[in-house]
Amino acid sequence: MQPYDLPDQFGHFGQFGGTFVAETLIEALDELRDMYAKYKDNPEFLAEFHHDLKHFVGRPSPIYFAERLTKKNGGAKIYFKREDLNHTGAHKVNNTVGQALLAKKMGKPRVIAETGAGQHGVATATIAARLGLECVVYMGSEDVKRQSPNVYRMKLLGAKVVPVESGSKTLKDALNEALRDWVTNVSDTFYIIGTVAGPHPYPMMVRDFNSVVGKECKDQMLDMCQRQPDAIVACVGGGSNAMGIFYPYIDQKEVRLIGVEAAGHGIETGQHAAPLTSNSAIGVLHGNRTYLMQNEEGQIIETHSVSAGLDYPGVGPEHSWLKDSGRAEYVAVKDDEALEAFHSLCRIEGIIPALESSHALAYAEKLAKEMSPDQIILVNLSGRGDKDINTVANIAGITL
Amino acid sequence: MSKIQDVFNNLAHHKKKALIPFVTAGDPHPDMTVDILHTLVESGADMIELGIPFSDPMADGPVIQRASERALANSVGIKKTIEIAKNFRSSNKHTPIILMGYANPMEAIGIDNFIELIDDAEVDGVITVDYPPEESSEFVKKLKNKNIDSIFLLSPTTEDDRIKLIIDQASGFIYYVSLKGVTGSSNIDINQVSERVKNIKQFTSLPVGVGFGVRDAKTAKDVAMVADAVVVGSRIVQEVETSSKEDLLQNINKLMTEIKEAIS
Repeated sequence: MQPYDLPDQFGHFGQFGGTFVAETLIEALDELRDMYAKYKDNPEFLAEFHHDLKHFVGRPSPIYFAERLTKKNGGAKIYFKREDLNHTGAHKVNNTVGQALLAKKMGKPRVIAETGAGQHGVATATIAARLGLECVVYMGSEDVKRQSPNVYRMKLLGAKVVPVESGSKTLKDALNEALRDWVTNVSDTFYIIGTVAGPHPYPMMVRDFNSVVGKECKDQMLDMCQRQPDAIVACVGGGSNAMGIFYPYIDQKEVRLIGVEAAGHGIETGQHAAPLTSNSAIGVLHGNRTYLMQNEEGQIIETHSVSAGLDYPGVGPEHSWLKDSGRAEYVAVKDDEALEAFHSLCRIEGIIPALESSHALAYAEKLAKEMSPDQIILVNLSGRGDKDINTVANIAGITL
Repeated sequence: MSKIQDVFNNLAHHKKKALIPFVTAGDPHPDMTVDILHTLVESGADMIELGIPFSDPMADGPVIQRASERALANSVGIKKTIEIAKNFRSSNKHTPIILMGYANPMEAIGIDNFIELIDDAEVDGVITVDYPPEESSEFVKKLKNKNIDSIFLLSPTTEDDRIKLIIDQASGFIYYVSLKGVTGSSNIDINQVSERVKNIKQFTSLPVGVGFGVRDAKTAKDVAMVADAVVVGSRIVQEVETSSKEDLLQNINKLMTEIKEAIS
């Protein structure tokens, strides 16, 4: 059997991915692709990357057996990969450490980023502060309002936060605006994209930097359980935490890979952020071809999820490929199901999970019931929920 | 020979430069676009770029973004844009129309369907901003079969090998983006533009148009000295944005006339 080796040299995962950008960005992407190719296997670069992951981020993150949650559901054993314990509170930092290091190697004194909930923005501001890089974060003005603590965090870390007023004033518009900045300031600026989307080489590069998650799991599961899990469950917005944990397992066909999208108010209501599960059409956005929530004339439609980090109309092109090839399965979990899983985890395990990760948890609980006690589910607990307490309190009618 | 080439040949014969204004279809209102297009022609447009509204115009600056948002609020998308072009064509047979837009709306209605519709509307050229040549050779071939030109952008940072690659696919004219940035960005460096246009012309006999930074009659004049065509986008869209409905056609006429005189 041929080992998994996508994307091809043009960034294609089958019909997905690619480089769909204006000519004005091509040279910057060519430069990035060449530099990434130069450094990705460079021992010195990797040593520096892993040094920072260990000493600055706190890796490896542990694997944890959720004994009481397992007992509650009465089926398969549920384990967590604890990305919530990373510095800055989520898996996002793995990728920003990698890209910021690359920016430094490329001699770019300024980094920019887009952010939705603010986690990627905070992670970028954090590593920019650590490396002494100027940092500008684009954030939809709606999100700026909803996520004020993260806005302040970024400012504390020395970043400039630019509210984006165009379009739906959310994550996708922040990404548009960051691309506009990049094309204008291309000579001194490195664009740190936060998910496995964007034009080639971003989906590949972000996946590679995050794949430290799956690689650790492979060793840790052997240590703890003497075997690999039967199923891995991860939430999917753009899909960076899911790709990070899936990727090292793609060739290990006996491990089920399950991505959990945000069904919002329900797929049937149209108010969701689940392009894969809702059978959206294939389209082109933010530099790649992928499944995309759009109307019949190709205008991108507004999405809904209780979790800002999943509130994105597209999905990383590699997930589209994994879906079509049948290697991964995709399901969706509604806002209220995710909230229930959120509360349940707080009470039963003493862990406040991110609302994004709560989608994966909700599905893992369902799945566990259908599986036997000798089987194992590994959930990527991609982030912690401190950032979400205002949202959760608001829903409960409580003002903090 | 395409109508675009015809116009360029004719202008070259008279030692003149082409003026190519851009407006977004359906902005400020779908009922007004055809009148706007006629006004552009009356006041000196040699061809017209008609923008297809898109929800996520990542290569455009705020002025053209807002035009897209206004058009979409008026329910003008790709199909309505093609209808507008067809309406214009029924009363103007000679002025080339170039559609400028992003890949997703074109793919959403089906590339073959899109090409059939624009062929029926007698559209003369297409600029798909986010289709670099690597991703669009089939598309270009299909357009060529219908004698519709594929116009590609070249940027200040495009290297010679890539210029050759793009010119291989391009027809009609080459659209040189005069600066690093989005549409409607700040002032252009005319000496640099001059050098770059000369460089591009080593590789092709296609006319070279320059856009993305032409703000007034003065910059238009400077650009016309060094290029075959001047593309004016954001500045005209700005006029659409700020004019009252009553004054709109008159204001566009005034601006266009100034620019036309400057480049003649």
